[in-house]
This record gives sequence, C-alpha cells and structure tokens, in this order.
Amino acid sequence: MKNLLILLLVLPAWAMAAETEYIVVIKNHVFEPAEITIPAGKKIKLQVDNQDATPEEFESHELNREKVIPGKTKASIFIGPLKSGRYPFFGEFNAKTAQGVIIAE
Amino acid sequence: MFSTAIIIFREVLEASLIIGILAAATRSIPGRNYWLAAGLLAGLVGAGVVALFANSIASMASGIGQELLNAIVLGIAVLMLAWHNIWMASHGAELAANAKSVGKAIRDGASECSALMLIVGLAVLREGSEATLFLYGIAASETAESSSMLLGGLLGLVTGATVGYGLYAGLLRVPMRWFFTATGLLILFLAAGMAAQAAGFLIQADLLPSLAAPLWDTSAILPQQSVLGMLLHIFIGYDDRPAGMQIVFYLTVLITISLGMKWAGRSHQFNRKGAK
Repeated sequence: MKNLLILLLVLPAWAMAAETEYIVVIKNHVFEPAEITIPAGKKIKLQVDNQDATPEEFESHELNREKVIPGKTKASIFIGPLKSGRYPFFGEFNAKTAQGVIIAE
Repeated sequence: MFSTAIIIFREVLEASLIIGILAAATRSIPGRNYWLAAGLLAGLVGAGVVALFANSIASMASGIGQELLNAIVLGIAVLMLAWHNIWMASHGAELAANAKSVGKAIRDGASECSALMLIVGLAVLREGSEATLFLYGIAASETAESSSMLLGGLLGLVTGATVGYGLYAGLLRVPMRWFFTATGLLILFLAAGMAAQAAGFLIQADLLPSLAAPLWDTSAILPQQSVLGMLLHIFIGYDDRPAGMQIVFYLTVLITISLGMKWAGRSHQFNRKGAK
C-alpha cells in the first residue's frame, strides 16, 4: 500500500518532465524524415503521424519498441535515454518502403 | 505474398503455441475442449472488436491506450497462468493418477477451465487484433497484389496453427511422470516472459522507468528476430535488449509463482496425509 502511494506520487512527476518532441510523418508508406537526430542520454517523445489510410506498425528491434498506428492517426512513443549510435526503425506492415533511423549523438 | 505469410505466421505463432501448451497441460480435465473452443471464439471476437476500435483505443489516455491495453491483457494472462500452475501443483497428481478420481477435482475443474478460457481468449485477442489490422490494411489498399497477399495471410495462419498443434502432439508424448513438471515449467516461463513484455509496454508509455535500457545487448550473438531467438522469446521471454525494469518483472513473477507452486504442492501433501 505504501509503495502504491509512493508510485502515485512519483508518476505525475514523470509525466510532467517535458520531453522534447520529434515528429515523423508516414505518407505513402514512407517515413518523412527518414533520419531523426536526437541528443544522446535524453528521453524524447516521438510523434508518429500516420497520414495513410492504412494502419502501420512502428517497430524497432534496436529501440525495443513496437506500436500499431491506425490509419489517419497520430501516436506518441517514448524513446531513450539512448547511448550515441544509430537505431534503425521500420514499418512492419510495409517494410519494403517504410524505413528510418534515429541517430543519437 | 510470402512477406505477408511471415507477418501473419509470427502473429499467430505465439497464440498458437500458448494454446498448444495449455491444451496439453489440461488434457485430463473434463470438458476442456469446450472451454478451449469458447476461449478461441471469444478471443477472435475480441480481436475483431479491438481492431475495429483501434483508432479510439490508440487515442485513449493521451495516446497510450494501446500500451495500457496490451499491458492489462498481459497482466491478466500472467495472473491466470499463475493460478493455473498453482492449482495444478495441488491437483496435478490426482489428475495424473486417475482422471475421474474425485468429484471435487471436477468441481474445481470448472473454475480452472474458466481460467483456461480466459488465457486462450486473451492470447488470441492480443495477436489477432494486430493480424486483423494488418490484413484490413491490405484489403483496403485494393492493389493488384491484394488477393495474393490475403492468400499469404491464410498460409501464415495455417502454418502457425500447425506448429502449435505440433507442440501439443509432442507434449502428449512426454511420459506421464514428467508430464506435469514439463508443462508446469513451460507455463512458469511463459508467464514470466509475458510479465516482462507487459513491463516493456509500460516503459514505452512512459508509465514506468526503464532502469537501464538496454541492460544487456546480445543481438549480435542471438538476435531476437532469428528463428531460435523468436522461439526463445515466446517460450522463456528471451529479449536481446531488455530494460532493467523488464528483468525485475520477469524475476518477480518467476519467483512468486515458483513459491506458490511449492507451497500448494506441500500443503496438498500435508492434507492428504492428514486425511489418512
């Protein structure tokens, strides 16, 4: 119970810590921009705006993230803090064209 | 066509292997086929509903509705698997010795079966909703390839289901004296892996800190996308780049269920001795 209270107190603090937001658009099954540079060692919020009518799954093995984004919707994905390096991501439902990379430096 | 088959295969495989393990683990419980079928059906309907409302779910809870839903579904499945294993630890011996031994086992079997139905339903719901969305996307795009891609989806579905059935048939060949130990261990690690996955979704939604991400990186030695990596992921929750918090969840569930099984097995033996 005590732990739960502590958790409830701490949760909003996390939520309030404003992360820098980055936006990537999916159009015609392609990510735009395909390359996103973010600072290393910081948590960021990635807004994925799927402008296609069809759903897409944002997936990255390197980032350990996967999220289905229905057609014509936006989704937020929290990423990091990351060590410097390249972190490829792709759209699983259209992997031929939907490819991108996050560069942390 | 083959890329579609592979995507659907991967979605179906996890649910199919879970059903295979559970179907084997409950082989001597009366009426379990009925409950399995009911769970499968409920899961398919649920998957359709989740896919239909994907947009509203995605925008729920300021954009983390999907992660919350996944984490809750996984969390309930972990609880049910834990309950199943602890129940089996106290009744497994009876069921193994004599399927129609006592009326009590059958009465308890009813609640055990509803847990079974729930686990199957949730596994199908989670994987099925993604597969449905994916196939919907193909059908909606109406390109020339659509029909061959849908055929690929069917191929993936059948292959995935076949592998699950293969696991079931293989497990039934395990000699009875090791059988419940084997299925119990499989379910124990399955539950721990699901707990780690749930933690992953909560981290992605920023509701939990990652506590070091990744804690280790073994993607060069055993990539999670490889066949072995994928199977290990389903069976024991292998992750090539896990967050520290996922390991905390994994170990907590692993240890809690193990202790619960030990305790249930011991108090059961004690009761039997006391009765004589």
